Amino acid sequence: MIGGMDAQSLISISLMKIHNSRTQRGGIKLHKNLLVSYVLRNARQVYIKEKYAEIYRMQQYEEVMTVCNEIQELNPLDLDAEEADEEERSRGEESSVCGAALQRGAAQPAALCRTGSAVSGCCPLEDVGKDPEPSYYRSCCMEAPPAAPCDPFTGSGGAHCNKTTVLDLDTHVVTTVENGFLHQDCCCAPTGQSAAKKRKVEFGCCVSDLDDVPDFTRKRAKREDCSFSDYTDTSNISNLISIFGSGFSGLLSRQADLEQICSKQALASLGAWTRAIVAF
Amino acid sequence: MGEDAESPKINHTFLRDYVTEADVISTVEFNQTGDLLATGDKGGRVVIFQREIESKGESEEVGETGDSGEYNVYSTFQSHEPDFDYLKSLEIEEKINKIRWLPQQNAAHFLLSTNDKTIKLWKVSERDKRPEGYNLKDEEGRLKDISTITSLQVPVLKPTDLMVEVRPRRVFANGHTYHVNSISVNSDGETYLSADDLRINMWHLGITDRSFNIVDIKPANMEDLTEVITAAEFHPQHCHLFVYSSSKGTLRLCDMRASALCDRHTKLFEEPEDPGSRSFFSEIISSVSDVKFSHSGRYLLTRDYLTAKVWDLNMDKGPVETYQVHEYLRSKLCSLYENDCIFDKFECVWNSSDSVIMTGAYNSFFRMFDRETGRGVTLEAWRESSKPRAVLRTRRVYTGGKRRRGDVGVDSLDFTKKILHMAWHPSENIIAIAATNNLYIFQDRVNPETQAQ
Repeated sequence: MIGGMDAQSLISISLMKIHNSRTQRGGIKLHKNLLVSYVLRNARQVYIKEKYAEIYRMQQYEEVMTVCNEIQELNPLDLDAEEADEEERSRGEESSVCGAALQRGAAQPAALCRTGSAVSGCCPLEDVGKDPEPSYYRSCCMEAPPAAPCDPFTGSGGAHCNKTTVLDLDTHVVTTVENGFLHQDCCCAPTGQSAAKKRKVEFGCCVSDLDDVPDFTRKRAKREDCSFSDYTDTSNISNLISIFGSGFSGLLSRQADLEQICSKQALASLGAWTRAIVAF
Repeated sequence: MGEDAESPKINHTFLRDYVTEADVISTVEFNQTGDLLATGDKGGRVVIFQREIESKGESEEVGETGDSGEYNVYSTFQSHEPDFDYLKSLEIEEKINKIRWLPQQNAAHFLLSTNDKTIKLWKVSERDKRPEGYNLKDEEGRLKDISTITSLQVPVLKPTDLMVEVRPRRVFANGHTYHVNSISVNSDGETYLSADDLRINMWHLGITDRSFNIVDIKPANMEDLTEVITAAEFHPQHCHLFVYSSSKGTLRLCDMRASALCDRHTKLFEEPEDPGSRSFFSEIISSVSDVKFSHSGRYLLTRDYLTAKVWDLNMDKGPVETYQVHEYLRSKLCSLYENDCIFDKFECVWNSSDSVIMTGAYNSFFRMFDRETGRGVTLEAWRESSKPRAVLRTRRVYTGGKRRRGDVGVDSLDFTKKILHMAWHPSENIIAIAATNNLYIFQDRVNPETQAQ
């Protein structure tokens, strides 16, 4: 179904078409914009499916989580984690288990990639120290967790808190998934390229420009470059979202129970991508 | 400008030699006798061609029709001008979306032309005589000095050079909020319909300040919009029946006797989607770009992006015939989406006996399908490869297997050369193909008359 173009690029292209149509001669063409919004919806559905498949796969690493917990109990850095939240995020290296609300560690563990995700841009981007487009990203990820989120150490809140933590044994990066949400989310930069890079590293698929060596440092540097250029794209998308007020909500997917069970918030934020304005 | 072929096997009429946006032909239509051919362009102009009657001196059989005439420019006029909607701050394009001829009732010809918002009725009449010999006026029309008049004379009509006059007789304005995509004259000769994205109106040809809304698919909340109307046509014989196609690939047959507002269809023609072929662009390629009744009124011909389909009015479960126009583009949909070609709206036409259907493609190619054998041919409308008196060579797009000389690879197709608009003579094997700014007229000299089935 990808057909040479990933869902993320299709979404960008479609949004640009809708944006351009507002200035073209003769007024907005209702038919064409309707068709473009269908493409948007289809791309979004693929995107959501892949994203949740990703989450599902992450949740399967139960044993890794157990190991992780054990390791973390011994890890002296944990004690500083909650205070150095911001720094953790920007460095993207080890992060604390809890309290990393908008954690953006490059926690896409090699293990995850190995599962063959054809994700386009769903791979969490290593934070490059830039504040992502505020309203958009924040809405995409969960709301900032309470000041004292579930703390495995203290054991409080364990009742309602459903956390999964994964440790990448290669990179020593910890990823926390809380209530089914990936904290280092998605709506991050369309890193189709980074995802592709990772895929190649793992599978040797042919994607054009790629690291030869799965070197963590180089990978990280590349991702930073990528994300910088992609950042501009996402800022464009965010700007477009602010322009579009309402649109074809009739096209929002209604069928996937999975989507409804999982966060409505993530859904709404992604739904913003598919809204097009009809001005008559 | 135009090249006239002397007595051609293939008659070429090159309308314009330079490409400007305004010269791109946007609609082509023969009148009911086929003697007149009208084209509309993006600049809002209409050019009418008339067929010259040539008598074949060497015809072997007495009684054989001798019209092997070529089409020459008969009249040109500016139908629509660029307009502006001040309330919505929207420019209204002058591009002629459709032209439809009225059945001829007297010496004059009438046609309807429409842009995005306004439909106009034009009267095309000839004047080849003028009165001469007025008593009170001189030749230039000035009043004579009475004292110079010595006798009375009766004015007589003298032949003059042929003059074609085109005058607007009706302007049907303010009937549409959305963009008009179709007009269709009813067989009753008194009414016609006009369709935009969400509504279809019925007009009386004599009344311009009122129209009757017969279809309205606008949802209460525009956010719930899922489909638009893409084309509409009256049945050729039954004045109460019309069909309209949607962007979802469905056809709806409506009977105006059933109710005043035909929101509920009498018949819905829909082909179930093949789940295996689902892609990002499924909705786009299933959108119907043109719908035409057969001359018999029994069949419908529709065109979507990759196929042409024939439907039997008696069977609504699916088409009775499906023709692949350019299936090789299915793997290219992504790039066609990027360059907007996937939104191209191709027209389709029947021949006079409903035995052959024709539609356009890219690279100046157009395709004809013989319904009886199911086979299709690809032909090219390109002046470099067509010479007067030459037989049109069939072309082929190479999609695998043994490659023949002259085959064109899919990647070498020129997607800027698209054949969107075309028309077939109502009774003979003459076709008019619009290729961007050029008009090609091809005649079948081997079988000029369509064989009755």
